[in-house]
Amino acid sequence: MNLPMNLLLIPLLPFATFLLLGIFGRKYLSPVAGIIGTTSLLVSAILSLQAAYSYFIQHTGEVYTSIVAWKMTWLPFSQDVSIDIGFMLDPISVMMLVVVTVVSLMVHLYSLGYMKGEDRFATYYAFLSLFTFSMLGLVVSVNIFQIYMFWELVGVSSFLLIGFYFDKPSAVAASKKAFIVTRFADLGFLIGILILSYHAHTLDFPTLIQRLTASDSTYLTSAIGSSFLGFSALTWGLVLVFMGGAGKSAIFPLHIWLPDAMEGPTPVSALIHAATMVVAGVFLVARLFPIYAISCPGALELVMWTGAISAMFAAIIACTQTDIKRVLAYSTMSQIGYMMFALGVAGYGGENGLGFTASMFHLFTHAFFKALLFLGAGAVIHMIHSNEMKDMGGLRKSMPITHITFLIACLAIAGIPPFAGFFSKEEILSAAWNANKAIYYIALITAGITAFYMFRLYYNIFWSKEAKHDSHIHDEHSHGEGTLTMKIPLLILSIGAIGAGFIPFGNFVSSDGHHLHLPFEIANAIMPIGVAIAGILMATALYKKENDKSDKIVAALGGIYKGAYHKFYIDEIYLFVTKKILFNLIGRPAAWIDKNIVDGAMNGIASLVMWKANLIKSIQSGKVQDYALYFYIGVFGLAILAIYLVK
Amino acid sequence: MNLHILVLIPVLTALATLFFKELKQVRMIAFLGSALQLLLSFALLAAFYAERAAGNLAPMLFYSSFQWFPSLGIAYTTGIDGIAMAMILLSAFVVLAGVLVSWKMEKLSREFFFLLMLLSAGAYGFFISLDLFVMFFFLEIAVIPKFLLIGVWGSGRKEYSAMKLALMLMGGSALVFLGLMGIYFNSADIHGQHTFNILELSVRHLPLSAQMLFFPFAFIGFGIFGALFPFHTWVPDGHSSAPTAASMFLAGISMKLGGYGCLRVATYLMPEAAHAYSPYIILLAAIAIIYGAFATMMQTDLKYINAYSSVSHCGFVLLGIGMMNETAITGAVMQMISHGLMTALFFAAIGMIYERTHTRMLAQLGGLLKVMPFISSIFVIAGLCSLGLPGFSGFVAEMTVFMGSWQHVETGYRIATILSCASIVVTAVYILRAAGKSIMGPIVDDHHLHLSDATWNEKLAAIVLLIGIVTIGIAPFWLSDLIGPGVHGLMANIGRTILS
Repeated sequence: MNLPMNLLLIPLLPFATFLLLGIFGRKYLSPVAGIIGTTSLLVSAILSLQAAYSYFIQHTGEVYTSIVAWKMTWLPFSQDVSIDIGFMLDPISVMMLVVVTVVSLMVHLYSLGYMKGEDRFATYYAFLSLFTFSMLGLVVSVNIFQIYMFWELVGVSSFLLIGFYFDKPSAVAASKKAFIVTRFADLGFLIGILILSYHAHTLDFPTLIQRLTASDSTYLTSAIGSSFLGFSALTWGLVLVFMGGAGKSAIFPLHIWLPDAMEGPTPVSALIHAATMVVAGVFLVARLFPIYAISCPGALELVMWTGAISAMFAAIIACTQTDIKRVLAYSTMSQIGYMMFALGVAGYGGENGLGFTASMFHLFTHAFFKALLFLGAGAVIHMIHSNEMKDMGGLRKSMPITHITFLIACLAIAGIPPFAGFFSKEEILSAAWNANKAIYYIALITAGITAFYMFRLYYNIFWSKEAKHDSHIHDEHSHGEGTLTMKIPLLILSIGAIGAGFIPFGNFVSSDGHHLHLPFEIANAIMPIGVAIAGILMATALYKKENDKSDKIVAALGGIYKGAYHKFYIDEIYLFVTKKILFNLIGRPAAWIDKNIVDGAMNGIASLVMWKANLIKSIQSGKVQDYALYFYIGVFGLAILAIYLVK
Repeated sequence: MNLHILVLIPVLTALATLFFKELKQVRMIAFLGSALQLLLSFALLAAFYAERAAGNLAPMLFYSSFQWFPSLGIAYTTGIDGIAMAMILLSAFVVLAGVLVSWKMEKLSREFFFLLMLLSAGAYGFFISLDLFVMFFFLEIAVIPKFLLIGVWGSGRKEYSAMKLALMLMGGSALVFLGLMGIYFNSADIHGQHTFNILELSVRHLPLSAQMLFFPFAFIGFGIFGALFPFHTWVPDGHSSAPTAASMFLAGISMKLGGYGCLRVATYLMPEAAHAYSPYIILLAAIAIIYGAFATMMQTDLKYINAYSSVSHCGFVLLGIGMMNETAITGAVMQMISHGLMTALFFAAIGMIYERTHTRMLAQLGGLLKVMPFISSIFVIAGLCSLGLPGFSGFVAEMTVFMGSWQHVETGYRIATILSCASIVVTAVYILRAAGKSIMGPIVDDHHLHLSDATWNEKLAAIVLLIGIVTIGIAPFWLSDLIGPGVHGLMANIGRTILS
């Protein structure tokens, strides 16, 4: 195994870059900020690949165990409960190390060209580094509170990057929305942690999993024993933890922040809102997978259904959107739904764990082709200066490299062999087939819709209205297809989008650490391929050439189209809850009560005292006659008292 | 190490300012005095660690006692444990930062710095004293300067706010005094000897009936200082009318006197009553947390936002104390430290913005990040700390309180804990609302385009506070090591009497 120092450098290098660029970047390092960020991440990526090589390839023995390479007590709560910070290696964390560093490196490289000339260039790289550090810290967590901490940190880096163009009100609104919605979900996560740790008496992942899965464990008995509203504490804990995951991974109904998050610079969308941060929820469920699968199948069923609904729901909306980044955002949401329900249909150990492997496999391949799609879209936006499909069309001649790589990514996400997405999707579908037929059909239909909307997007950008934008290309404002640093990442990622599917993933990642060998059955693949091709053909018929067929279909669909176009009004529902209920029904009365009743009572007491004082103060008139009168009244009174008392 | 020097230095600094007239001279004296005080606090910390490392397990280190009124049993008794040590460090950070942000206090500068230093002397004296009467004496010293600081140097409805603050805190003091008297007259040992000495009192068992009678006086009295609901209304008005440094002192130090008193006097000396009353404490704390947070959401003045958020955050202190277990109380002490630093930073940033733009209204601010990146970043960082972002002190303190609170399984406690947890979402809403409007977004006022960023003294002030916040946020173990044994000592006493 590597020295821990080599491993620790993987997250620490981006952190050091963040500090350096965050503190000195703006003034002193602006011109070289990109180079510094990219170089440090290159080293991180090399170290991650080296770690993956030694963990997976130089590995001997039957089972992949989890190795805690380094750990320290960060904040002790009591004797056995503490927040630890550490570095854990196991199949999924090592895989995530590779995904995060490689995609992040591509984005760093790409941003050299894309963000060139930007006023806050150094700040941008500082935030990117902060994000990368936080994400790396998240995936290697040894402790459920460690994951929560880095979880919050990726949330704030996402907030900072979505709001990077801070003078744009829409970007500010989007960044706030993203942070608050995920924060709400994190509240569930936090309470889930409190519940689980209360019963398991630990926050440490391996111990937690061991204590809550062993059948003879007293901790498990305690967690199942106590119940609230008909569900056991364990169920509540796991469901609430999943709520945190659903928020971060934009699972229905906590997805509303993701489409708006596209306000951020496009490379950021590629890194955070497509390839890495948004899969954190999937990672979280995978991390606690043994507890879900062994001790609480009910919670896992919830994961499955929300995932499946999310996948289909988002795919339908994606068909109607006209902003290319929003189409990609809904497609991300849909694919994450895929990963979620794949976990949901899985069981623990052996062949039952196919869904787990498939989910992680899809996470892996998705990272490449989705990042590629976003970076490709970024190149298009960079040239056209618009996100809207109607401003695009016929770009295949002027942007050959973007066109080819984008096509590869579309084929990959549509699930056409031999591209990467085909293999992972096929695995998910067979896992679903074995577990739950309803889920299988939802997944199959979603696959067809996915192929359709991806090619709708592809044709609208690169075909359709021919040569409309020739004028744009000679425009002096245009950047052309972008710099070399923007093209290289596209090419590297497209290698991943083509080749990643050939990795025998079951050999490396499985629910229990054992190798999972599954023969590839061509019969299983026929349906998905057929559906995907049908989707592509439909898109070809509708969108390859400019025509009015699609408008007619829209008209025919009427209300359904309108509902989908308005994202089924989920945003409006949230807006109603926050504006009407939280602000008007709770916030405003609270502020009013404080000002008028609570404070009013205090002022009332003060006024009362003043009033009394006013009454009494006339006694102190300063007139000698008055005082003489009081004196005589007093003497008289005392005399009467004395007389009666003596009597 | 001699603790008296901690009181002596601010007093001497205050006196020294009286000999000078010019702002330049006065501020330099105040700066040197408070910088020296910070260095001394570090020296004290080192000495504290050295004593502990040498195996000195006495509950209070550097103990000393001088008779003052022997007939009444009043003695100038001082000594510190880890909790007091942490509070002293907090005060030293906030005082130095407060002096630095008042660098341009042209109006009556000599008197201003004199009062600041006097206030800080009161706070230091309060934290080191182990005699109830002396403690009360220092508490009062810390009240009067506030009235003048707000009434003379304040803004807005300053006379009203100053009067309100002084009256409510005086009311609090009166209750505290009754509580202390109650403790004193029920503290007779077998010889009929009464005492004000906290260490003595902790081993003398106060009769239950006396505890039940006098605990509410002491707790509510100190609670008024610490923004106990519904006696918190001096906080928003007082803070928002106060000049920047006074706001920082008020929220950063004064409110902590309340929390510290609730813990050290009320809960420590009357543990059975505290235990009996704890459901009410928790109820009021939970109300303060969630209601304060919602009330913050509707505020339109930056200072009101931070003041109401202080009500919410100080609720965590009382919640932790009310939960009465070691983890929760450790969290409460951490929250005092964390909130003190963070809110001082917040007020400093707001003060810097106000000084330049002459407004604190959200509607009149916008896009400040473009013109004053340093101040804006400080504002955002203070906000992120306030909403409990890991890496800053707020996260550490809040999570410790939550972990401690969750140990109670009774439904009422659970509801209070969950509601308090829920405040982290509301906090995010109001912080992002304030930052989104004032720091981000387009510039709303063209005059703001020509404003300058922070000067060196303002930067230094912010950095001093940031160092404290980040040191706790990144390496909280040192703080929990420092205050842990102190809390353990408190709890041992509380636990013993409750169980026996």
